[in-house]
Amino acid sequence: MILNVKGLEKSFDDKAVLKGIDLELYRGQIVALIGSSGSGKSTLLRAINLLEEISDGQIFLNDEDITDPRVDQDQIRRQIGLVFQAYNLFAHLSIEENITLALRHVKGMKAAEAKAKALALLDRIGLADKGDSYPDKLSGGQQQRTAIMRAVALEPTLLLLDEVTSALDPELVGEVLELIRDLKAGGTSILMATHELSFARDVADWVVFLDGGVIIEEGPAKEFFSNPQQPRTIEFLQRLRRRAGDQ
Amino acid sequence: MAISRKAIWRTIAATAAVLVATSLSACSSGSIAGDTITEGKLTIGTGNPAYSPWVLNDAPEAGEGFEAAVAYAVAEKLGFKAADVVWVRTTFDEAIAPGAKNFDFNLQQYSITDERKANVDFSSAYYETAQVVVTTETSAAAGATSIADLQGYLIGAATGTTSFDAIGSVIAPSQDAFAFNSNDDAKAALTNGQVDAIVLDLPTALYASCCELTGGKIIGQLPTALKGDQFGLVLDKGSKLTAAVTKAVDDLRADGTLAKLEEKWLTADAGVPVLN
Amino acid sequence: MPNTKSPTIKPSQIELDRRAFRHSRKQRSTLVALISTIAFAVIGYFSLTNAPGWDRVQQSFFNYDTAVAALPHVLDGLLLNLRVLFFSAIGVLVFGLALALLRTLRSPIFTPIRLFVRGYVDLFRGLPLIIVLYLVGFGIPGLRLEFLGRIPAEVLGTVALVLTYSAYVAEVFRAGIEAVHPSQRLAARSLGLTYSQTMRLVVLPQALRKVAPPLMNDFVSLQKDVGLISVLGAVDAVRGAQIEVAHFANFTPYVVAGLLFVLLAIPTVRLADYVTNRLAKREQAGALL
Repeated sequence: MILNVKGLEKSFDDKAVLKGIDLELYRGQIVALIGSSGSGKSTLLRAINLLEEISDGQIFLNDEDITDPRVDQDQIRRQIGLVFQAYNLFAHLSIEENITLALRHVKGMKAAEAKAKALALLDRIGLADKGDSYPDKLSGGQQQRTAIMRAVALEPTLLLLDEVTSALDPELVGEVLELIRDLKAGGTSILMATHELSFARDVADWVVFLDGGVIIEEGPAKEFFSNPQQPRTIEFLQRLRRRAGDQ
Repeated sequence: MAISRKAIWRTIAATAAVLVATSLSACSSGSIAGDTITEGKLTIGTGNPAYSPWVLNDAPEAGEGFEAAVAYAVAEKLGFKAADVVWVRTTFDEAIAPGAKNFDFNLQQYSITDERKANVDFSSAYYETAQVVVTTETSAAAGATSIADLQGYLIGAATGTTSFDAIGSVIAPSQDAFAFNSNDDAKAALTNGQVDAIVLDLPTALYASCCELTGGKIIGQLPTALKGDQFGLVLDKGSKLTAAVTKAVDDLRADGTLAKLEEKWLTADAGVPVLN
Repeated sequence: MPNTKSPTIKPSQIELDRRAFRHSRKQRSTLVALISTIAFAVIGYFSLTNAPGWDRVQQSFFNYDTAVAALPHVLDGLLLNLRVLFFSAIGVLVFGLALALLRTLRSPIFTPIRLFVRGYVDLFRGLPLIIVLYLVGFGIPGLRLEFLGRIPAEVLGTVALVLTYSAYVAEVFRAGIEAVHPSQRLAARSLGLTYSQTMRLVVLPQALRKVAPPLMNDFVSLQKDVGLISVLGAVDAVRGAQIEVAHFANFTPYVVAGLLFVLLAIPTVRLADYVTNRLAKREQAGALL
C-alpha cells in the first residue's frame, strides 16, 4: 500500500473542509476522486502533499507517517508529484528548463544529464523541438502535459493530479488523458481529482465520491458508475451526465 | 454682529493715513534714513546662529559681543537710535552672493577680498585678524609645532571661508582639506577625531580652545604674506549707504572706539605663536 | 482564413488610399511639431538674451573662464561621488534584499524579525537623509570606539546612504516578491524545492524582472544624493564646485557640476528605459499600445 490516509480532517478557521477521510491506494493503481467544487478534493490533494497543515488524522506514505512534525517535508514532497489545474509552469524559464530545474536542484543531477532526460521526456509528449519555448507561447494542452512531465521527471512514488483537464479546451483534453493512460501503463500510482467521468470509468481502478468533506461512496470503477448506491451519488452523476450530454 | 464692508474700508483708510503720517515724521530722524531698505530703520544682518565672541547668546539685539557692539556703534554714528535697529539673519554665503539684499549692512567676520568685491560693497576694515590652527590634546596633531609638522595631518575648516583657503595656500597638506558646512561642524569633527586640526580666525579660535572644546589647544597662527584678514561690513553692490558706513567705521577707528570694543570683547592675542 | 500579406500581390485601391491618408497625416503632424519647437526655441532665446539682467546672469552662471578653471577641482570631487556610489549601490541592493526577504517570512516564529524590519523601514523612510548623515557621520565617531580608529568620512557617508536607501529598496523588492503569483511558489514547493531554493530559483528571478524599473529610478536618485556626504567634510563634486564658487564669487562651477551629474545620469536613465521596454515587450502583450 503506497498511500494510507486515516481520519484526515482539515478546517480553515471555523469552516471544516475535510471531515474524516479514509483512503487507500496501492502500487500501480489509479484512484479517481470525483465531487463538485468545494467538496474538498483540492484540499485533500494538497494535504497529502503536505502543502496544507492538517487539523487531525494521519497520512502514511509507504508506511511512513508523513504528518509527524519531525519529518523533513521537502524530502516527502520530492516523493510525491502534484500537478495543478493551472499548470503553474515557471514563467521565466523555457519548458526544458522547467524540467531540468527540478532534476538539478532536487535530484542533484548534472546539467548535461538533466538536459538529456528533460528532452527525452519532452520527446515522449512530442514537444522536444519546442524545448526552448517559454510557457506562454504554448497551448494549454502543451503546457499541462509539460507540467505533468515535470512532476514525472522526479520519478515520484505517487502522482497527484488536481483536475488537470478542467482548464483546457475540449480538443486538448484528449492528449492529456492519453498521457495519463500511458503513465498508468508504465506502472505509476496516481490519485486524480477529475470531472472526466468516462475517462474515470475506463482507466481508473477505484473511484471515490467526495461531497461536503465526507466520502459518500467509493468502489471499483465499473461498478461505481453502473450501479451507484447512495442517493447523493446518483444525483451527482445524473447532473454531470446531463451537462455532458448537452455539450 | 457682522461688520459691514463700509466699516472695514473706513478702518483700512484710517490705518493707512496713520502709517503715512508716522513714516513722514520718521524722515526727520537721520540724514540717510531715506536710503535704508526700511525708512527710518537700520536693518543689520548677521549669521544664524551668530557665534561668540562676536555675538553673545545668539542675541545681537542685546549688543553684547564684539560685532554686536560694533554694529550698534556704527548705527549711532549714522544717526540711528538703538531702538531703530532691526536684525535679520542670513547664511554666510547669501550675504556675499550677487543679488539684492534684505539688509542695509551685514557683519559675520567677512574678510575683504577682491573676488567678493565683484559682487558686494565693503566698508573699511573694522577688525584685522590672523588664521589660527586649533586642535585638541587627544588629537594626533597635538604635538605639531611647525607648518611642516602639520602637512601630514587631516585639516578642516568652514567651506568658502578664508580660513579654508589658508589651509591650501599656507599649509598645503598632503591630504585634501575637509570642508564643513559651518564652524560648528568643524569643531564637532575635531572633537570626534574625524579631523586632526581645524583653522579658525583668531578670536573664534581663542574662544573655541578655551571655552568650547574639551582639551582644546592652539597650535599657532599661520604666517601671512601681506596683511592679515581684514573684516569689513558687507553692503549691496553700489549701495547708497557705502560711503556713509565707511565713514562711520573710519570715525570709530579714529576716536578709539574700535580699540576699546576689541579690548572689552575679544581676548588678547598675546602668546599665540606664529608658525613657520 | 488568416490574411497573409504576400509582397508580390498588389494591394487594393482602398488600401492604397488608406496608406496615403495616414502618410499625409503623419507628415503634417511632424511639420507642426517641428515648426512649433523652432518657434518656441527662437522666442525663448530672444526673450532670454534681451532680458535686462542677461549679461550679469551670463557672467555669473555661464562664464567660460571660470568653468575651465573650476573643472579640474569638480572632476576631482566627482571621483569621490563615483566611489561612494559604487559601494553604496552594492550595499543597498544586498541589505535591501535581505530586509525584503526577512519581511516575507511567513512562520509565526519570525514575527519579532518581521516587526523589527517593519520598524526599520518606517524609520529610515521617514528620516531625511541629511539627518541620518549627521547622526552617522558625527554620532558614530563621537562614541569614540577606540577599536574602530578613524573611520574615513566616505565610509560613514556610505553607511548613512545604505541605511536610508535600503529602506526604500526593501519595499520595492517586497512588492516585487509579492507580485510573483503564489502559484509559482506552490508549484516549486510541491516539486520538493526548499524555501531557499524556491526563493533563489523561482521567486527572485521573476521578482527582480518586475521591479527593475523602480529600482533604476532609485539608483538615479542615489546618484544625486551621494553629493550630500560632503556635509561630513570630504570634498565631493558639489562641495568642490562650492569652494570654487566661493573662490571666484561666481556660480558657473555649480553649472559645471550640474552638467557632470546629468552626464552621469543619462546612461542610467537610458538603461532603465531600455530594460523597461524589453520587459514590457516580453511579458505583457498589450503594454506598448
